[in-house]
Amino acid sequence: MLANAIIQIGLFIALVTAISVPLGHYMARVFANEKTFLDPLLKPVERLIYRLGGVHPENEQTWVEYAVAMLLFSAAGMLLLYGLERLQGWLPLNPQALGAVAPDLAFNTAASFTTNTNWQAYGGESTMSYLTQMAGLAFHNFVSAAAGIAIAIAMIRGFVRRNAKTIGNFWFDLTRATLWILLPICVVMALALVWQGVPDNFAPYVRAKTIEGAVQTIAEGPVASQEIIKELGTNGGGFFNANSAHPYENPTPLTNLIEMLAIFAIGAGLTHTFGKMVGDPRQGWALYGVMTILFLMGVAVCTWSEQRGNPMLARAGANEVASAMQSGGNMEGKEVRFGIVDSALFATVTTDTSCGAVNSMHDSYTPLGGLIPLLNMQIGEIIFGGVGSGLYGMLVMAVLAVFIAGLMVGRTPEYLGKKIEGREMKLAMLFILIFPLVILIPASLAVVLPAGLAGISNPGPHGFSQILYAYTSASANNGSAFAGLNANTPFYNVTLALVMLCGRFLMKIPALALAGSLAAKKSVPESAGTFPTNGAIFVILLIGVILIVAALTFFPADALGPIVEQLAMRHGHLY
Amino acid sequence: MAERKATPLWEGKIVHAAALDSLRKFDPRIQAKNPVMFVVEVAALAVTLIILRNLAAGVHRQLGFEIQIALWLWFTVGFANFAEAMAEGRGKAQADNLRKTRTETMAKRIGDGGAITMVAATQLRKGDVVMVEAGDVIPGDGEVIEGVAAVNEAAITGESAPVIRESGGDRSAVTGGTTVISDWIKVRITANPGETFLDRMIGLVEGAQRQKTPNEIALSILLAGLTIIFMMVCVSLYPFALYGGTVLTLPVLVALLVCLIPTTIGGLLSAIGIAGMDRLVQHNVLAMSGRAVEAAGDVDTLLLDKTGTITLGNRMAEEFLPVAGVLPQELAEAAQLASLADETPEGRSIVVLAKRAYGLRGRELGGEGAEFIPFSAQTRMSGVDLHGHRIRKGATDAVIKFVEEHGGHAPADLDAMVEKIARSGGTPLVVADNARILGVIHLKDVVKEGIRERFERLRAMGLRTVMITGDNPLTAAAIAEESGVDDFLAEATPETKLRLIREEQAQGKLVAMIGDGTNDAPALAQADVGIAMNAGTQAAREAGNMVDLDSNPTKVMEVVEIGKQLLITRGALTTFSIANDVAKYFAIIPAMFVIGYPDLRALNIMHLATPESAILSAVIFNALIIIALIPLALRGVAYRPLGAAAILTRNLLIYGLGGVIVPFIGIKAIDLIVSALHLA
Repeated sequence: MLANAIIQIGLFIALVTAISVPLGHYMARVFANEKTFLDPLLKPVERLIYRLGGVHPENEQTWVEYAVAMLLFSAAGMLLLYGLERLQGWLPLNPQALGAVAPDLAFNTAASFTTNTNWQAYGGESTMSYLTQMAGLAFHNFVSAAAGIAIAIAMIRGFVRRNAKTIGNFWFDLTRATLWILLPICVVMALALVWQGVPDNFAPYVRAKTIEGAVQTIAEGPVASQEIIKELGTNGGGFFNANSAHPYENPTPLTNLIEMLAIFAIGAGLTHTFGKMVGDPRQGWALYGVMTILFLMGVAVCTWSEQRGNPMLARAGANEVASAMQSGGNMEGKEVRFGIVDSALFATVTTDTSCGAVNSMHDSYTPLGGLIPLLNMQIGEIIFGGVGSGLYGMLVMAVLAVFIAGLMVGRTPEYLGKKIEGREMKLAMLFILIFPLVILIPASLAVVLPAGLAGISNPGPHGFSQILYAYTSASANNGSAFAGLNANTPFYNVTLALVMLCGRFLMKIPALALAGSLAAKKSVPESAGTFPTNGAIFVILLIGVILIVAALTFFPADALGPIVEQLAMRHGHLY
Repeated sequence: MAERKATPLWEGKIVHAAALDSLRKFDPRIQAKNPVMFVVEVAALAVTLIILRNLAAGVHRQLGFEIQIALWLWFTVGFANFAEAMAEGRGKAQADNLRKTRTETMAKRIGDGGAITMVAATQLRKGDVVMVEAGDVIPGDGEVIEGVAAVNEAAITGESAPVIRESGGDRSAVTGGTTVISDWIKVRITANPGETFLDRMIGLVEGAQRQKTPNEIALSILLAGLTIIFMMVCVSLYPFALYGGTVLTLPVLVALLVCLIPTTIGGLLSAIGIAGMDRLVQHNVLAMSGRAVEAAGDVDTLLLDKTGTITLGNRMAEEFLPVAGVLPQELAEAAQLASLADETPEGRSIVVLAKRAYGLRGRELGGEGAEFIPFSAQTRMSGVDLHGHRIRKGATDAVIKFVEEHGGHAPADLDAMVEKIARSGGTPLVVADNARILGVIHLKDVVKEGIRERFERLRAMGLRTVMITGDNPLTAAAIAEESGVDDFLAEATPETKLRLIREEQAQGKLVAMIGDGTNDAPALAQADVGIAMNAGTQAAREAGNMVDLDSNPTKVMEVVEIGKQLLITRGALTTFSIANDVAKYFAIIPAMFVIGYPDLRALNIMHLATPESAILSAVIFNALIIIALIPLALRGVAYRPLGAAAILTRNLLIYGLGGVIVPFIGIKAIDLIVSALHLA
């Protein structure tokens, strides 16, 4: 089993590395407006979009203008989606004649897709029309991801530029991210999914007679085209309720691999974009190294814990021993076609990033195995992370790490030649503060208010884990759930929607302000006295700071959820 | 260098005063300046009020435990106060030394008509002119406008040898409190009482005028941010515990909060800053602001004057090189004659060499109709007219011009000789007798011993050194080569110096320089760290942001090291403080939930005796570590001139990894004591 895990995980990370370098360099070219092979095809489209939108991409924006553009764009998109959900009953492409989505659920879903969270308090096939899925949800899958990439690029420009007032043009970055990066990859990869058996049609659901004679309704629709952007844009909102565990979303081990690669691709690639744009590829590799090590640590613990299984299931007679015929371990809530490793790997990948697609039910993991997805999100979705948000989140942590430890070299801390001073620290701390604020405070309301307690399906620490997981997932814009929680209630729909909005935009604003502040600074040349941020010491330091900040913030809460569950399980208690 | 002796760390008088002072600092208006400690004080107050309420209500459950928590919380604040008071006390001790010099003196003010009136020094105002005669104490900072006098500046520099102060030139500034020991000078007062250089310095070392420096502000923001995060953690823990059926009491939650927030660095932060100032004063350098000390750590480029810093102050005659057809003896004799009246060190060294190499004894030329020609900036020559011989020594082109005016010409081999000397780093002095050039004296710059190693250390620290010299590029290159300096600026003028600083700064670099003359003032003002020599002019002292009382040009290197040490100490204690929290969780969390979630007992990896003793031990450790680290905060982390990566690795291991491990040991040890004494 160990060999199986090592081969699969090793192959996966090797492929991620192989994809990320050329993709990263390609993205650097795209945002530097350099020539790419897609230009003949896309340049006319780009010009058309600018003309229609009245955009002058050469007019660079200050961070405030950039942030305002981003916020207006997101607000408009959110309103449109809300309207679409409410009106879908009167609109075309609705063969199942699905009615209007309830206001609180519509609000929740609009917030969810605008923030790249894709928290789904609904079942797709039973709630959303094809039009809503395609024109509403899939549209946001593209543009919310593109907005994330845009802000990462703006942040990189902050490091690169000197004495500059502007950090780029939001409309330019948004358009380029969509046209040059997301769309072409999606077109190619969607075809690969179709080849593997993922449907892509506008047909009504099929009613089939099963072998036993029962009638089954088989949902389908434009799945493949939605599926790939779900992963590539780290969105995670499934076409079907069962998400990537559904055989039409993720039929084979190969599609499973493709989907996982798509989740990591852009986040990993952006580290190299960063290295290339700052003119020192090793700076990008250092961040890539930090992310890879944190990823491997998580997936190792999760796989180990799941493979080890649940002693109480074993006692009840379940055979948890791995063999040629079965993967063994804790298979509750997992698909047989994926087994332990591909499930644990997928769970880690989807929570390292802000994707939140699932191919197994995290709720059914062993407590320790389920702690890893939770912890991944509590770290702040910076292990490759959400497209764009992973990189700018990691850069904020790097600023923090450099500040704390950088003083120890005897200089005012500096990162990539930029001095980290009061203003940068203020913005970085604001960014870091908002995250626990929007997790811990709403969660502490939910665990005492009857409306919150009503949603949990298991009492005791596991119920607590469900609530903690929900707010962590919403705040981190992940969207995966400990599925046991019944979150489609006005209380959860509204509080989670607000948490998603805060977790996205209240963090993006300080990130952009930080970019603006850095861009305005002069750059200090590197010397032997400069703290090197492209080597092993920095990698270790950054990992340490990330883990300690997350642990210090969330240890007490986790202790009352998954940790106590794990300890209790060993003593024969299960919640 | 007359280094001021460091006050012993735990000097009784200072400790005593600091203990008293730390009580005064409990005043919430003072605490409010430090958000971390303010939170602790509020927490201590809250727990105290709860205890009082419980007493009033007759609730005695856990009373002893809660009283101990409250006491240790107050101690935590007190210890932090004590650390700051200690640093300030040491600064005050330094300031008192400085202040002693400012005894009440009477001044002889010169009125408009030239009449002298006696007034108290405190009544002098900027612009007043005073007469200071032998035995008088100079009543205030000022500039000599007339006369020349020997001044004893021991009161501020600790150096007992008197220095010359005279009007004009670069030695015109005098400091209040110093004593004239011979002759007289007229001084124009340049600072009002209370605004003098000394007053400003006293304010700074006492901490009274201390403003937070930029890096301190940034660090305070980080600490405040962490404090807010931990407040959210503790606030949310109450409902989280309630969900599981555990009702947490306020003293326990507060204990957790205080243990988590970065009290160690929060309590020591201002002490570190004050101690950094104090260390500077111990090196006889007075900084005008804490900002300048911090900037010193960031310096990228050091501008060093060649003379006195890289080379010994004086050039020495090394060799006589006659041109073809002239005997060495003849050249030596002419050189000696030209130098007999030359009182400069170079001149004397020529006489010494002539005697040593050719046995030529010094002669008295007084009554033989000899006329000495002193050196002037115009002629760039000096010499003697004696029995029709017009003997001159001086700069090559000047002497050639002199010879040509007398109908002579430069010998063919002269150029090569001059160039050879210049290329080797020496200074050629051409000697001529009327129309005939006799040869060249090789004046050699003597590079200070150990300077090369020093530059290597600076390079390892990431600093670039640039030598500033008035020499020609050839000579400068040779000395730069010999001394190991990174770069040089030859034929430097105030304008080229200023331009060099601006160029470096345009590249984002921070520049430090040391200077004394009035013509250094613009460069000193432009430099990020400008150290003026105390012996220099008032203009230079006003322009710089530090003053070196010893007037020692090598001091700039110490200043940089002190700046770096200050930042390292801050970083080390911050890292240590944050790393400490890991162990505190393992102490407190299992103790908090021992009833609601007995399974969490597995997290009690230190095997602390009881929940109460676990929490109490963590709080006690948290308080005591502040006291334990006071010496480190005041002395600063030992600084080694290594590359950044090496320093970082070392400090991360000590203060990062150490910070994780130490509290596990400390809390366990305290727990053993607490349970042995049955305190909880």
